[in-house]
Amino acid sequence: MSVYNSLDSITEELHKCMKCGNCQAVCPIYKETRQEVGVARGKISLAEFILSGEIEMTAGMADRFSLCTTCMACNTNCPCGVRFDKIILAARAEAVRKQGVHSVKKIAFTALKMQRMFDFGMKAGSIFQGVGLKRIPNKHSRMARMRVDIGIGKEKVFPMLAGKTLRSEFPEVIKVKNPKMRVALFTGCMINYFYTDMGRAVVEVLAEQDIEVIIPKGQGCCGIPASVNGDVVSARVMAKRNLRAFEKLGADALVVACSSCGTAWKHVFGELLENDPEFKGLADKWAGKSYDISEFLIHKVPFKKEGLGRVARKVTYHDPCHLNRGQGIYKEPREILKSIPGVELIEMKEPGRCCGMAGSFSLVHPDLSVLISDRKTADIAQTHTDTVATGCPACRLQLQSGVENAGLDEEVLHAVQILAQSYRAGKK
Amino acid sequence: MLASEVLQELVQVLGRENVLTEQEDLLTYAYDATAAMKHHKPDVVVSPLSTEQVAEIVKIAVRYKVPIYPRGSGTNLSGGTIPTEGGIVLSMLNLNNILELDQDNLTATVQPGVIIQALNDEAGKHGLIYPPDPGTVTTATMGGSVSECSGGLRGLKYGVTKHYIMGLTIVLANGDIIRWGGKTVKNVSGYDLVALFTGAEGTLGIITEIIVKLIPAPEARKSILAVFDDLDKAGNAIAAIIRNKIIPATLEIMDKDTIQTVENFVHAGLPLEAEAVLLCEVDGYKEVVEREAVLVEKILKEEGATQVKIARDDKERDLLWLARRSALPALAQKRPTTVLEDATVPRSKIPDMLKAIRKIAVKHKLQIATFGHAGDGNLHPTILTDERDLEEMKRVHLAVDEIFQVAISLGGTLSGEHGIGIAKMKFLDMEFGEAGVAALRRIKEALDPNYVLNPGKIVRRD
Repeated sequence: MSVYNSLDSITEELHKCMKCGNCQAVCPIYKETRQEVGVARGKISLAEFILSGEIEMTAGMADRFSLCTTCMACNTNCPCGVRFDKIILAARAEAVRKQGVHSVKKIAFTALKMQRMFDFGMKAGSIFQGVGLKRIPNKHSRMARMRVDIGIGKEKVFPMLAGKTLRSEFPEVIKVKNPKMRVALFTGCMINYFYTDMGRAVVEVLAEQDIEVIIPKGQGCCGIPASVNGDVVSARVMAKRNLRAFEKLGADALVVACSSCGTAWKHVFGELLENDPEFKGLADKWAGKSYDISEFLIHKVPFKKEGLGRVARKVTYHDPCHLNRGQGIYKEPREILKSIPGVELIEMKEPGRCCGMAGSFSLVHPDLSVLISDRKTADIAQTHTDTVATGCPACRLQLQSGVENAGLDEEVLHAVQILAQSYRAGKK
Repeated sequence: MLASEVLQELVQVLGRENVLTEQEDLLTYAYDATAAMKHHKPDVVVSPLSTEQVAEIVKIAVRYKVPIYPRGSGTNLSGGTIPTEGGIVLSMLNLNNILELDQDNLTATVQPGVIIQALNDEAGKHGLIYPPDPGTVTTATMGGSVSECSGGLRGLKYGVTKHYIMGLTIVLANGDIIRWGGKTVKNVSGYDLVALFTGAEGTLGIITEIIVKLIPAPEARKSILAVFDDLDKAGNAIAAIIRNKIIPATLEIMDKDTIQTVENFVHAGLPLEAEAVLLCEVDGYKEVVEREAVLVEKILKEEGATQVKIARDDKERDLLWLARRSALPALAQKRPTTVLEDATVPRSKIPDMLKAIRKIAVKHKLQIATFGHAGDGNLHPTILTDERDLEEMKRVHLAVDEIFQVAISLGGTLSGEHGIGIAKMKFLDMEFGEAGVAALRRIKEALDPNYVLNPGKIVRRD
């Protein structure tokens, strides 16, 4: 039974928990708040009390369940093998069924659902963003802070919306001479609207491997922001739209450069559409050929080592939770970085520790998000590097905000961007 | 329900942000790590930031006759932090500073909310260690660890928590603050209250500052694994090592059930037909370690080990320890409920204890796997069950009773390192007799006449 359908679905998962409290050792939220409700054991107990009828799913309860970055660190540290990521999703879906979607989130998810409206809004936003955002001087990228505090403080640094979205920058089919494969790129929202440089790097690197890249026009948000917050109905709409768009054009493989979008295609679509006779098969089929870009370049089509030029960078790599623990991908990006001439990889203290972004978590709990981010920034500072590489646009935003506010001169990039630079350098 | 005046006064002392009153928060303090234990919701959870605030809270509690339940990380295994009578849960987690590390006197002064591992990390920077290492070293607090007098894997050579506590600051049940002991190795002024409050499970006073002894980190270590096809041979091997004047830092045992479960779980290369596995680690100066490792290997072979492996490097060492570290996780994943006991016997009685446990398992048709700290006689018979199966749980309780009886009859104790709490309270008679339990009660009532501090634990109120 899918965790999205009922709280009963996690009964056995809850029973596995022996309340040892080992999750306390690794939970980024608990480390800051030191309150039991912040850690997995606390929320597992609350879910049990709801199921036993001792307490109702109150609005206050829904607030408590929002206290999780879904970083899955507790999963890996659990002696009983409890999958807390499943428990939190089920609890949030239950909260939405009983309490509805949080009003601000409701607006956001509805917008994501209405793809054309959303797309228009984001494009208009790129023209008018100066009204609300104040650009900050930075030699690496276009960044800004909020001019007014809308409840998340004015310190957070955001990337500026791109002048042109990634999907309008490219044709739907990007031809190469003698293609050996046809790969569909799922851009995800952050790469399409903000970090188009990441998307361009993916296209560029794939072209280097003689791969024809297609970017299906009908694609939209992966739906993770909705499913993670319990809005299962919206998430299903988005999953189906994406499956339709990709099925229409077809491809040998699907590639993403965002860790959340990756888990959506690999795991979440199938779980959301478990009882959908029409779409379940499609979801499984595409899950089977979905790859994170670094995984693709190491395992599916080993990337060309000849032609790599020198890129002089001291790099430290931050593991996105949903890439590392979510998809088991942590060696691959490092392997790519190490094979680039001139790149020196220096590991930070806890590369797998959550950066605290966690999508809308950073908007609902801005103070907590910054506290978690500060630890990451401090670890980065100790590496004395000039570049932070990662594998997810959401982490990139958080890391960028962190290093900017700490006054560190670090450029934050997706690992594949550095690979693209290397190919470019090789041509000179 | 708590009188509203109590809440108001608590907020006045602590500030609104350090007082939790919503049921969604309170329910998360209704339990600890103890299996199959009834939960109890407190009326309020408070997080003090100083010894003085703790004293104020105690005064409020006394005035309104509200119980106080001190709590660290809630990782204890005896129900020691469950607020059985409601009232105030006193979360010590915000008192989490290492106040001083004194390299000249080899001491550290810490607040009770410091996590043991954090102290280890800090001591490690100076080439020192704090030896007590309970399984919860990365989560448990110093306050909880001192209050439970927790042990761990290194008990045989290094002793347990009580051997490292030199001084305490304590808030008494009347709100007075006392400091006892200190940085001196020798101190015989007055009764040894530091010893009394260590392991008192928060029933006599509230610890708000701790001075601990640190020791130089051993220079080298070496791990040795031995496989036995006979339990008695393994038992004799333990005794033989000690008889030969070798005191390993750790000497662990796993029984057949544990070996089979662990092997299926992590494939560490343990022989499935083995009756017992011993895992030994010697540490100290490099030369000494080399000499002792060879000696241990020789003794193990002489005592009939069918297989002896010495780890040549850290990688091999990690592999040997993987099996032992995986014991609890592997067992815990077999069934939903894991009842972990810590009955302890003199180390010479380990084979008798293991055999008795196996008999009890057969008698009550239960799955009991046993592993533990053979070197110090502290075993962990682990009953794998499901608390939803009421009939089986009845048999579990009978088995636990019998395990305690055997331990006592072999000259052992109910609890080596988990504490009495609620879980073992009713068995105290068995160990101390009526007079002994009465003596405990008189001590409790002398220091906490109104049963304000962690009531319902260790000593039953008449």
